[in-house]
Amino acid sequence: MTAPSIAAPVAASGTKARRGLRPQRILLHAFLIATSLVWLFPIGWAVYTALRPYGDTAKYGYVSVGGSYGFQNFIDAWTRVDIPKFFLNTLIIVVPAVVLTLLLASMVAFAVSRYSWRFNLGLLMLFTAGNLLPQQVVITPLYRMYLALPLPRLVSDNGVFYDQYFGIMMIHIAFQLGFCTFVLSNYMKTLPKELNEAAVVDGAGVFRTFWDVILPLCRPPMAALATLQFTWIYNDFFWALILMFTGDKRPITSALNGLKGQFFTDNNLVAAGSIIVALPTLIVFFVLQKQFIRGLTLGSTKG
Amino acid sequence: MTDPANRGLDQPAAPSGRRRFSVRSRSGVRRRFSLFTRRDKLVLGLIVGIPTFLHIFFIWLPTVASGILSFTSWNGIGLDKIKFIGLKNYSDLFSGIYPPFWPAIQHNIIWLVVFLLIATPLGMFLAVLLDKEIRGTRIYQSAIYLPVVLSLAIVGFIWQLIYSPDQGFINNLLGTAGTPEAIDWFGNRNINLWAILVAASWRHVGYVMVLYLAGLKSVDLSLREAAAIDGASERQTFFRVVFPVLRPINIVVIVITVIESLRAFDLVFITNRGLNGLELLSVLVTNNIIGEASRVGFGSAIAMILLVVSVGPIILFLTRSLREEAA
Repeated sequence: MTAPSIAAPVAASGTKARRGLRPQRILLHAFLIATSLVWLFPIGWAVYTALRPYGDTAKYGYVSVGGSYGFQNFIDAWTRVDIPKFFLNTLIIVVPAVVLTLLLASMVAFAVSRYSWRFNLGLLMLFTAGNLLPQQVVITPLYRMYLALPLPRLVSDNGVFYDQYFGIMMIHIAFQLGFCTFVLSNYMKTLPKELNEAAVVDGAGVFRTFWDVILPLCRPPMAALATLQFTWIYNDFFWALILMFTGDKRPITSALNGLKGQFFTDNNLVAAGSIIVALPTLIVFFVLQKQFIRGLTLGSTKG
Repeated sequence: MTDPANRGLDQPAAPSGRRRFSVRSRSGVRRRFSLFTRRDKLVLGLIVGIPTFLHIFFIWLPTVASGILSFTSWNGIGLDKIKFIGLKNYSDLFSGIYPPFWPAIQHNIIWLVVFLLIATPLGMFLAVLLDKEIRGTRIYQSAIYLPVVLSLAIVGFIWQLIYSPDQGFINNLLGTAGTPEAIDWFGNRNINLWAILVAASWRHVGYVMVLYLAGLKSVDLSLREAAAIDGASERQTFFRVVFPVLRPINIVVIVITVIESLRAFDLVFITNRGLNGLELLSVLVTNNIIGEASRVGFGSAIAMILLVVSVGPIILFLTRSLREEAA
């Protein structure tokens, strides 16, 4: 019984080793290496350009080696544009938006996935469809709503939703609720029904069942969604471009539109600025890659 | 009664409403729901009600308003100034009075076709190659998916470094930089859409690849082994065995591809505000809000065209999730 099962892997690895030498494999690797290099090139080129002073590229040309290399462009971009201010704007919006989106989405997801009642399917459809709408479908009336809707002075210095951090945060929450509810309800459906029953027997009410029983079990999808939502909201260009009038209050990605040409006068500075702005998302890529991919694919595959 | 200290199976049913009901109603979910205490009902109402209100108020209400406003003429100031003009906005659009409309339609279609016929299959092809057991597959995957984390605004900046007529990589490589022969990839209206589509596809391919890699992982290995034992070639195995199993993921990818093509905005807007060869429906909607003359009804009519086109993929996606619901 044991002999064949030991022999099998040896045979398998033997064929693999032989296969590895086939010209087809070499061709495959050549193709993949070439594709990867092509894909990495634009970013590599940006890094390379950013490291060279404008004077050197003007003298030797952009496609050249030589001259000095350094971080002066990064320093210039950072200080000339006051990038820290725009990063702070982003932070003010992204952090509460991600936390509240996940909290609110998990609440609906809990209700529709753990209890069966008439409106479950309808609600889920509403949220799922909402997440697929192009933003431009809602923007025209939304813009008018933002100009008219009153907000307390505590969160709005002009008394309305328009041109306020709070307003931008709210549209992100409302919009992203769709995707997160969809993903979280799919996940919660996979948790055993008995959990609810046990909680009821233990005398836990609906809220305790949600907060103490179900929510702690949802850490994996929550971590993935938090990573994804951070990246998406950080990367948002459209909402803040339309709904935030004051350039100085725009989050970094939307602010790029105004900074272009005005501060980033040469391509070396554009390159340095791009890399600085891309840095938070690049950190996500290098540190939280697994979570990010999980978040992306949670919506497309079940569980 | 929700005091944690009071919980525990060892305690007999306390004389509280919920506990009495819950013990009795273990049989059916539906019945248990009807036997919630008043407080439970309130909690459920709130946890469903608050997010649903936000979502409807900020997303669906404007969508419906867009639909209604598309039949009106309004400059956005004073609700009493809204005038119903029937289908005039639509007839104006289609009759070509508004010059950028038909080019925008054409560009959106080109965008969609390039995404569907080139970028998406390429992403799928790479996923199939990288799903095999090959050395360094993680590194290849990372390289191709790197652009996915970048914002489209940054993608525009990065490709400007390659395309710009004076300081860009291509023109410097060709030696045309700064000369009259320099190719203005983003500026020339005959080619800029294609240049933009290269940049957009650069990101989309990685996105599609990630989705398919996840889908391929879920394909039962024994299926492929069975096919291999039956003497199927790799190609046959893929098209006859793997591809059909991937149906759900195919739908997701198609839906995402279509929706992303309709949403396309950032890249074009940061490049040249969507003018001169880069008109898109999304840009026209925006121009009618923040332009000097705000034409709410007209912009809404363009938005409705976007909505009508996106209804197809949305329904496709919903029916797929509904089917899973029933299963």
